Amino acid sequence: MKPPVFDYLRCESAAQALEALHQYGDDLRILAGGQSLIAMLNMRLVRPAVLADIMRVKELAGLETISRHAKRHLRIGAAVTQSRVLECISLASDVPLLAKALPFTGHVQTRNRGTVCGSLAHADPSSELPLVACVLDGQITLARTSGRRQVGARDFFTGLLETDRKSNELIESVEFPCASSGETFAFREAAMRHGDFAIIAIAVKATTEKIVIGVGGGASRPEVRSWPRLAGSALADALNQLAWELPLQDDALADARYRRHLVRELGQAAIGEACA
Amino acid sequence: MNGQFADHKGWTGRSRERVEDDALLRGAGAFIDDIAVTSATLHAVFVRSPHPHADIQSIDASRALAAPGVAAVITGADMRRFTRPFVVGVKQPMEHWALAVDRVRFAGEPVAIVCASDPYLAEDAAGLVDVDYAPLPAVVDPLRAMAADAPVLHPAVGGNLVSDRHFSYGDPQGAFARAARIVEIDIRYPRNAVTPIECLGVIADYSAAEGVYDVMTPFQGPYAIHPVMALALQVPANKLRIRTPRDSGGSFGTKHAVFTYAVALAVAARICGRPVKWIEDRLENLSAATSATNRVTKLRAALDGDGRILALDYDQIDDCGAYLRAPEPATLYRMHGNLTGAYRIEHLAVRNRIVLTNKTPSGLVRGFGGPQVYFALERLVAKIAREMVKPHLEIIGKNLVPADAFPWRTASGGLLDSGNYQAALAMLEDRGVFADFEARRAQARAQGKHYGIGLAAIVEPSISNMGYITTVLSAGEREKAGPKGGAVATATVGIDPLGGVNVHVASVPQGQGHRTVLQQVVGDVLGINPDGVSVTAELDTARDAWSIASGNYSSRFAGAVAGAAKLAAETLRGKIAVLAGLQLGCEASQVRFADDRVYCVGDPQKHAPFRRIAAASHWAQGAMPQGVEPALRETAFFSPDVLTPPNALDEINSSAAHGFVFDICGVEIDRGTGRLRIDRYVSVHDAGRLLNPTLADGQVRGSFANAVGAALMEQFSYAPDGSFQSGTFADYLVPSVAEVPALEILHLQTPSPFTPLGAKGIAEGNCMSTPVCIANGVADALDIEAVELPLTPARVLGLLAVQEPARPQGESVAPSPPAIFKTDRALKGSGASFVAMKPQELWPLLLDPDFLATVIPGCKSLERTGANAYRGQMVMGAGVIKELFDVDVQLHDLDEPRSLRLAGGARGALGASSGEALIRLREEKHGTWIEYSYGVDLTGKVAAVGGRMLDGAARLLTGEFFKRLARRAMPQDGDSQEQKRGWLQRLFGGRA
Repeated sequence: MKPPVFDYLRCESAAQALEALHQYGDDLRILAGGQSLIAMLNMRLVRPAVLADIMRVKELAGLETISRHAKRHLRIGAAVTQSRVLECISLASDVPLLAKALPFTGHVQTRNRGTVCGSLAHADPSSELPLVACVLDGQITLARTSGRRQVGARDFFTGLLETDRKSNELIESVEFPCASSGETFAFREAAMRHGDFAIIAIAVKATTEKIVIGVGGGASRPEVRSWPRLAGSALADALNQLAWELPLQDDALADARYRRHLVRELGQAAIGEACA
Repeated sequence: MNGQFADHKGWTGRSRERVEDDALLRGAGAFIDDIAVTSATLHAVFVRSPHPHADIQSIDASRALAAPGVAAVITGADMRRFTRPFVVGVKQPMEHWALAVDRVRFAGEPVAIVCASDPYLAEDAAGLVDVDYAPLPAVVDPLRAMAADAPVLHPAVGGNLVSDRHFSYGDPQGAFARAARIVEIDIRYPRNAVTPIECLGVIADYSAAEGVYDVMTPFQGPYAIHPVMALALQVPANKLRIRTPRDSGGSFGTKHAVFTYAVALAVAARICGRPVKWIEDRLENLSAATSATNRVTKLRAALDGDGRILALDYDQIDDCGAYLRAPEPATLYRMHGNLTGAYRIEHLAVRNRIVLTNKTPSGLVRGFGGPQVYFALERLVAKIAREMVKPHLEIIGKNLVPADAFPWRTASGGLLDSGNYQAALAMLEDRGVFADFEARRAQARAQGKHYGIGLAAIVEPSISNMGYITTVLSAGEREKAGPKGGAVATATVGIDPLGGVNVHVASVPQGQGHRTVLQQVVGDVLGINPDGVSVTAELDTARDAWSIASGNYSSRFAGAVAGAAKLAAETLRGKIAVLAGLQLGCEASQVRFADDRVYCVGDPQKHAPFRRIAAASHWAQGAMPQGVEPALRETAFFSPDVLTPPNALDEINSSAAHGFVFDICGVEIDRGTGRLRIDRYVSVHDAGRLLNPTLADGQVRGSFANAVGAALMEQFSYAPDGSFQSGTFADYLVPSVAEVPALEILHLQTPSPFTPLGAKGIAEGNCMSTPVCIANGVADALDIEAVELPLTPARVLGLLAVQEPARPQGESVAPSPPAIFKTDRALKGSGASFVAMKPQELWPLLLDPDFLATVIPGCKSLERTGANAYRGQMVMGAGVIKELFDVDVQLHDLDEPRSLRLAGGARGALGASSGEALIRLREEKHGTWIEYSYGVDLTGKVAAVGGRMLDGAARLLTGEFFKRLARRAMPQDGDSQEQKRGWLQRLFGGRA
C-alpha cells in the first residue's frame, strides 16, 4: 500500500488548476479532501502522473447563497469541506435535504477533510451527496481553460464512478436549489455501520403536487423517479415496481432481495415523513 | 508506626492509572515501525499469489532486478536452499515454506520478496516480478474439501483431511442408549479474526561472522514457536535471536502469524548481507496473516427426563486453511479439557477432524477455540430448553457444576479449579436482572416487536497447558515423542545500585497494561510504592529468561506471569530480609516491608529506607558475614503443577485456571430493516482475584466489542472459487463505538487455588460467550433454530421469512434467459440482448477480431493467434480505476450460426480472472436475440478490495459492449436499458 510515483502540484489559483488539467488531462487527478483518492492511490487502483491539490485555492472555497433565475441556491465551491457545509447555521432551512443527508456521509473525521464536490466527482453509487444532488436537481459547474458549463446532476452521473466531466474540466462548484415553501424532505439510509456506504439510501422531496424519490446504493448511479403524491396501495405498488426495475446488486454483505426490501421499506418511511 | 505498617492494604486489587499510557497518548510509543534502522537497511515487499490454488511454473525476476533500487528478489528456491519446511503438529507429509515452493494454496500466499532501498521502490518492483501460474481448482468449504473428488492441496497427503481423532470418556454410548431424550444441533461457525491496529512487521539481520539471525519483531509467542523458526532456519535456537519492541499495537493472538515472515526475512537478510525491514499493510494483514478457524460442528446431547445432560457427543470439523501452521491444530484442542463447559456432564464422545482448504492458514485469535465450541454447546442448551418447553435458565441451572464440587475433574480430564456458578446467577436474581429482562421482553412483544432474551454460561480457560496440542496425537505417538506439558512463566526482579527495583517478564504485552499490574504486585511484596518499580516486558531471547510458554496468549498474564513475578519478588525479599536483619539487629523472620521502608516487627523503631537496605548487596556485599547471599536479582519459573501431559486415556487438563462467565442479553429485531439492536447486556465474570479491576473491565469490554463484531458483521468472505473478498475495512467490518452497546459488568472473585495470586484470565471470556448469547437472543426473538453468524441485517431479514411482493408483470420485453450454462464459478449471470441483424450476418462479426476490437470497450489490440483463439490487450475498469489487462480467449463448440462457447482469462496488475460463456443466437423478425450465460472467477487485489463495486463494474463493461454492438449493427441506438447485460465478462463478472 504505497502509491506509485506522482508529481504533486499545489495550486494557488483555479486558473493554475485548469491549466494543469488542460496540459495533463486524464493523467492528472484533482486532490481535494482525498478521502477516496488517497486510499485508491495507496492501493494503486489509480496511477495519475500528477496530483493537483486545490484545497488552498481561495476562489474555490466559496460557500454562499446566490440567486439564479429568481431562485436562491446554495453554491458550494470545490474546496469546501463537508463539515463546513454541515456547520452552516442556515443549512437546515436553506437545503434541508442536505442537512439530513450529510450526517450519514462518513464520520466527523472524514467530513473534516472530504469535500462536497470531491464526493460528486468520485461518483460512488453508494454515497449520499450524488443522490441528494440528483433529487434536488442540483447544478454542477464545470470549468476548463476556455470556459465553463453547467450540467444538471441527473445528467452528470453517467454510471459507476463515471461522470460527464471531461478530462480537462474541473468541478468548480455545485449549486443546490434552496427549499421553497411547501416543499418537504426526508432522508433514510441503511448501512452496516454508521458512516458506512449505504446499502440503500432514499432521498425524498415532496411538493403539493408530486414526490421526487431517489435511490442510492443499489445501482451504478442514483436513480430518481417523479411521482404524483401517491399513497396507500398505489404507493406500495410504485415502490415495489421501483424495487424490481432497479438493477440492484448482490455483494457479500447484502443481496439484491434485501436491497429491494429496503427500497420498499425505507421508501415508505421516507415518503411518509416527507408527506406527513 | 507499627500500626501504620500493619494497616497497609496493598496495591494489588486496586485500579491504578496505566504507566504505559503517558507515552502512548503523546505519540511516543516504540512500535516496530518506530525502531531506528541503519541506512544500509533494505525494505521488503512481498509478491503474493492472486490465485487461491495454482502451480508455479516459473518466476522471472529479471525485470524487477533491473528496477531502480532493487537489491534482491528472494523466492521459494532460496527457502529451499537455506531453510527446511516448518514442523507440523500432525504426522502428515505436508510442506509449508516461508515462501511458496512450486505451488500456492491461498490467495495472498507469499511467493517472492523484493528487497530495495526504499519501500516505494520495492513496491514498484514487486509488480515487475513475473510469476507464471497454472491455476488449479480450489476448495473453500470444509465439507466439500473432504469429498473424494475435491481438489487436493497437498498431494502427498492424498486428501485434505489431515487428522481424524475419536475420543471417548466415561460411557457416552451407554448414556445415549438410556437417554430419555436426545437433542442435536448443527453449527457452522464462520471465519473471522480480531484485527489489530498495527499490522505485522519484521526487521531481520544476519551475522555472517557468528552465524546468528537477529530478528526484531512484535512476535507475541507462544515462544514454543521459537524452536519452530530455528528448526526451519536450520540453526540451534541460540543462533536465532528474537527481540520484541516495547510496544505493540494490538495482537489479540494474531501477531503470532509473523513467524513465517520472520523466517523469510531472516533468509533475505542473509542473502542480501544487509538488514531487511518489512511492515505489513492492511490488505496483506486481512487477506494473508491469519484467521480463526471456521468450524462445522454436529453436537448431540443425551438427556434424562428432567433436562439433565448425561452425555455430549461432538463431531467437530475444523478448517485450518491452506497449511497446518503452528500452533495449529491448537484451536481444536485448546478447549479439550473443558468441552463440557460449565456443566457437570459425566460422559463425552468427541470426533475431531482437521481439514485443509484454499484459505489463509488459521491460528491464534482471541477466544481461541472457545467461540467455536460454545456456539455449538450454548445453542444446544438453548435448543434443549426450547424442545422441552422449559425456561433456558432452568436447563442451565440444573446442569451447572455444583459450588461444592471444585476442583471439578471434567470428563475429558480438565480440572476446573474453583468457582461458584450458582452465586453468579443468584447475584443477577438478587439484583432483579432476570425480572427486568422478562419485563422488557413482555413489553416489547405486547407492542408486536420481535424481542428475545439470550443466555450463555461458559467457563473461560486460561494459562494453556503446552501439552494439550499433543492430544491430537495418539497415545503411542506421544510416547515416542516424549511427554509434553506445563506452562512455564518467568519473571526476574532485580535491585539496582540505588535500591531501585527492576522487573522483567517475558509476557510481550500488546497493550494490556502488564507493566502497571506488575508494579502493583511487586510493590506489594516489597512494601514499596509501585511508582518505584520499573518494569520491562519486551523479550530478547538471547538475554532474558524465557521458556516455550512465554508470550502473550491464553490470558496467562494475571494467573501465571504476575504470579511468577510475585514468586521472584518474594525470593528476593527473603534475601533482603536477611541483610535487613543484620543491619537492623533482628531476626530475618522479624523483618517486614511496608511504606518504602524495612522494619523490625518486634521493634518498630528499628527501620530503614528500603532503598538503602536493598542496595547493600551492590555496595557492601564484601562486608557481609560468610554465607549471606547477595540480594541482587532473582528469577522465578512458575508452572502450575496441575498442567500434566495428556495421559494414556487422552485425558488432558488443557488449562490451569477456569473462570466463569454468565451473559444475558435482550435483542430486538427491526422488521423493516432486519437490524438487530442489543437492548441490554449484562455479563457476570468470576476470574478469581482481580489484580486491577479497571484493567480487567477493559479486557471484558474489549473482548465484548470483538464479539459483537463477530456476532453481527465480521467475516472473511471467500467466493466459491477461493478468491478473497474482504481486503479492506470497508469489506471486513469491525464495529466502531457507535455499534457496540453499553455493557454492564459484574464480578465475583473466587480465587484460583492453582495460581500464586489466585488470579485467572479474563480477556477472552466474552469472545466465547457473547456471539452465542446474541444468537440465542435472536433464536428466542424469532422462535427459530438455525442461526448463523454474522447476523447481518440481510441475513436476519432472511430469518424473518418475510414474503416478498411479486415482481410486477408485463413490462419485460426480453425473453428471460434460458439456463443454458451451469457453473459454480464465483460470479455468474445470464441475460439476453437484441441486435438488429440476422444470425447469419452476426456470426462472422463475432469471430472477427477487427470487428470485435471496435465494440469491446477499452480494447487496445486483438489478434487471432490460431484457429478460434485470440489474444489482446484491454483497458478495463470503472471510472478512474482503469488497468491494462492481457487477455486470451478461445472459442469452442462452434455451431454456426446458432451457438458457441468462449473460454479465456485476463491478467493484470490488479488481479487475474478466468471465465467461460455460452452464447446462443436466436432469430426474430427484425434481428437476433443473443442469449448468454457466463461464469467468471476473479482473483487478486480486485477481488479483495473491489467487492462493493464488482457487480456495477460488470454491468458497465458489458452494457458498453452491447451498446456498441447494437450501434454497429443498427445505426440508431436501439437497445433498451434492460437488455444491457454482458457476456464477455473479462475482468469483472456480474450476477445478472
